[in-house]
Amino acid sequence: MTASPPAATVKDNREKLLERAMSRYRYSGDALIEVLHTAQELYGFLPPPLLKTIARKLRLPPSRVLGVATFYHFFSLKPKAPHTFVVCLGTACYVAGALGLVETLNRRCAKPENSGVRNDVSVQSARCIGSCGLAPAVIFDGKVLARVTRQLIGAELEGIGVK
Amino acid sequence: MTVEELYGKQAEELERQQALKNRIMCCSAAGCLSCGADGLRQAISAEIAAQGRQAEIELCGTGCLGMCSRGPLVLSAADNRLYGNVTPADAASLVSANPSGKPTLPDRAIDLDAPFFSKQMRIVLANSGRVDPEKLADYIAAGGYQALGKALTAMSPREVIEEVKKSGLRGRGGAGYPTGLKWDLVMKQIPQVKYVVCNADEGDPGAFMDRSVLEGDPHRVLEGMAIAGFAVGAQQGYIYVRGEYGLAIQRLQTAIKQAERERLLGHRILESGFQFRIDLRVGAGAFVCGEETALIASIEGKRGQPRQRPPYPPESGLWGAPTLINNVETFANIAPIVQNGGDWFASVGTASSKGTKVFALAGKIANTGLIEVPMGTTLRTILFDIGGGIPAGKFKAAQTGGPSGGCIPEQFLDAPVDYESLAKIGSIMGSGGLIVMDDSSCMVDVARFFMEFCMDESCGKCIPCRAGTVQMHDILHRMTRGQATEDDMQMLETLSELLRETSLCGLGQTAPNPVMSTLKYFRHEYEAHIRDRRCPAGHCQIESQLEGAMA
Repeated sequence: MTASPPAATVKDNREKLLERAMSRYRYSGDALIEVLHTAQELYGFLPPPLLKTIARKLRLPPSRVLGVATFYHFFSLKPKAPHTFVVCLGTACYVAGALGLVETLNRRCAKPENSGVRNDVSVQSARCIGSCGLAPAVIFDGKVLARVTRQLIGAELEGIGVK
Repeated sequence: MTVEELYGKQAEELERQQALKNRIMCCSAAGCLSCGADGLRQAISAEIAAQGRQAEIELCGTGCLGMCSRGPLVLSAADNRLYGNVTPADAASLVSANPSGKPTLPDRAIDLDAPFFSKQMRIVLANSGRVDPEKLADYIAAGGYQALGKALTAMSPREVIEEVKKSGLRGRGGAGYPTGLKWDLVMKQIPQVKYVVCNADEGDPGAFMDRSVLEGDPHRVLEGMAIAGFAVGAQQGYIYVRGEYGLAIQRLQTAIKQAERERLLGHRILESGFQFRIDLRVGAGAFVCGEETALIASIEGKRGQPRQRPPYPPESGLWGAPTLINNVETFANIAPIVQNGGDWFASVGTASSKGTKVFALAGKIANTGLIEVPMGTTLRTILFDIGGGIPAGKFKAAQTGGPSGGCIPEQFLDAPVDYESLAKIGSIMGSGGLIVMDDSSCMVDVARFFMEFCMDESCGKCIPCRAGTVQMHDILHRMTRGQATEDDMQMLETLSELLRETSLCGLGQTAPNPVMSTLKYFRHEYEAHIRDRRCPAGHCQIESQLEGAMA
């Protein structure tokens, strides 16, 4: 079971914002990818009930919405960890040793599944973020780090309290 | 705006710029931003304010200045000097008056006469680093939108297409289909509704040319698309841009808004009867969407899966209408061609490949960054003169064309870079990623790396690609672990042939290329992994594996 969306203690206008995005595209099914982009921006991920709502509003079969949401790497059906490392695995970064960085990160952050320990850091990889001049590059919480070393990763991890 | 007003605006802006004491151009492309260009820009801005010279010194953010390895870069326009590795502490010397005529920061100065700059020729990147991508006036001052004005007022659609044909421009996305012929095909279609699509789904790992063009000179691409729309008779354009390129998306949105406000896009462009709208479509992370039919499916809001061709998109593309699809760099070449004529463009390059090509230099090379060279330049010039050579170790291979391309070994360093020559030696031009590998790279693992990429990115529609890439990756993976046999090598060759012959789209058909080219030129490395259970580059962890098994 994925975590339920945060309780609506603060006034939740996300639904309204999503509605506005859909009406901007006149509820056309062609705009499904744009609508999913907006939904993910608002909610952080795409919970299945939300996909059903989108399907109903755009008058698309739910299978098509789920099919598109799972086809593209960008969309996530599970909530994200509070901190994210995205290691670029483009060719330039690969040549510069990015696989070693993934290994380091996984060793230091990975929690076995179902161990009951909350995963604070998610380690992902990207297919080239286009910063090849700075290889190896890592995106840490939206910030691009250039010419990354194990030491630099260690420092960033310490900064967020991962031993 | 009318065409006369456009020229008036250019003169006005040029006059304003000349009245300034200096314009400090601060590179704000993704590369420099990630090594501190933002903080630097704030420091320079604060320094200008502190000296009270806001009226005479202008600070601009620009697109890529090229030499990403020395970022953050700053160009001082008054004396045309380039500085690298600039820190916020240098702001004072950059801003202060400099009557001596010597570089203000001698240890940071980059020689603009060095081969890195002198051997390049900039057509596509002419404005990159010279104009502020977020200011339309800057682009107009550099002669922007005049080509569109010329096409709309002095040329017929057929004449525009003739000019593009005469230029010999070929698709810069990699396959090299003659652009003029494609335009002609779309123009001749009968249906009234047609579309122009710009493919900015630059997915090749190790390629960042399109990103730099979009970030550094977005109006150039918009202008190229509008001219294309006029030539083929389309009124709607789409730019399909990768979701990962946040900055490019933001700058394109700004550029489209600015152009619409000044009537350079939208209704009644330049007070003529021509109308053309451009909308952005943001991709969601699927490499296969660079394939044209998959891209069309994705714009229609579907899973990005390719379909059988023919019919090709010029006959039946977006929503079944005739659709012109070109790459970013192709569109960026259009305005100079229309402005200066096809013959001018055709005078650059080789017999069959005209013009220039932008490359993203990366990997084990001294000067990483963005370069543009005339077609037919040799790899040696690109890598050793412009690129500055390999910092440590020995050159082993240059990889072009990403996961669809191949590895070029040392003996072909003197081959000219054009579509035909690269195809002859088993690689492709590709979109322009050029990654240099030295002797610490294992070619078997490189092949495995690209196969893993294709395996992950296969859309799963056709079986040869879906299952074949998995099998090939499995064999290559075992090779890098020292667990493969001679039979595996044969199977690898059989599968390569099979994928190339029977896959539905370009992704599957070209997926074996890295394997085939490394098998051809670096067979001894494969043999060492199989027979001697040894990695000549010392990259694969075969020994430790054996120890692990014994312990």
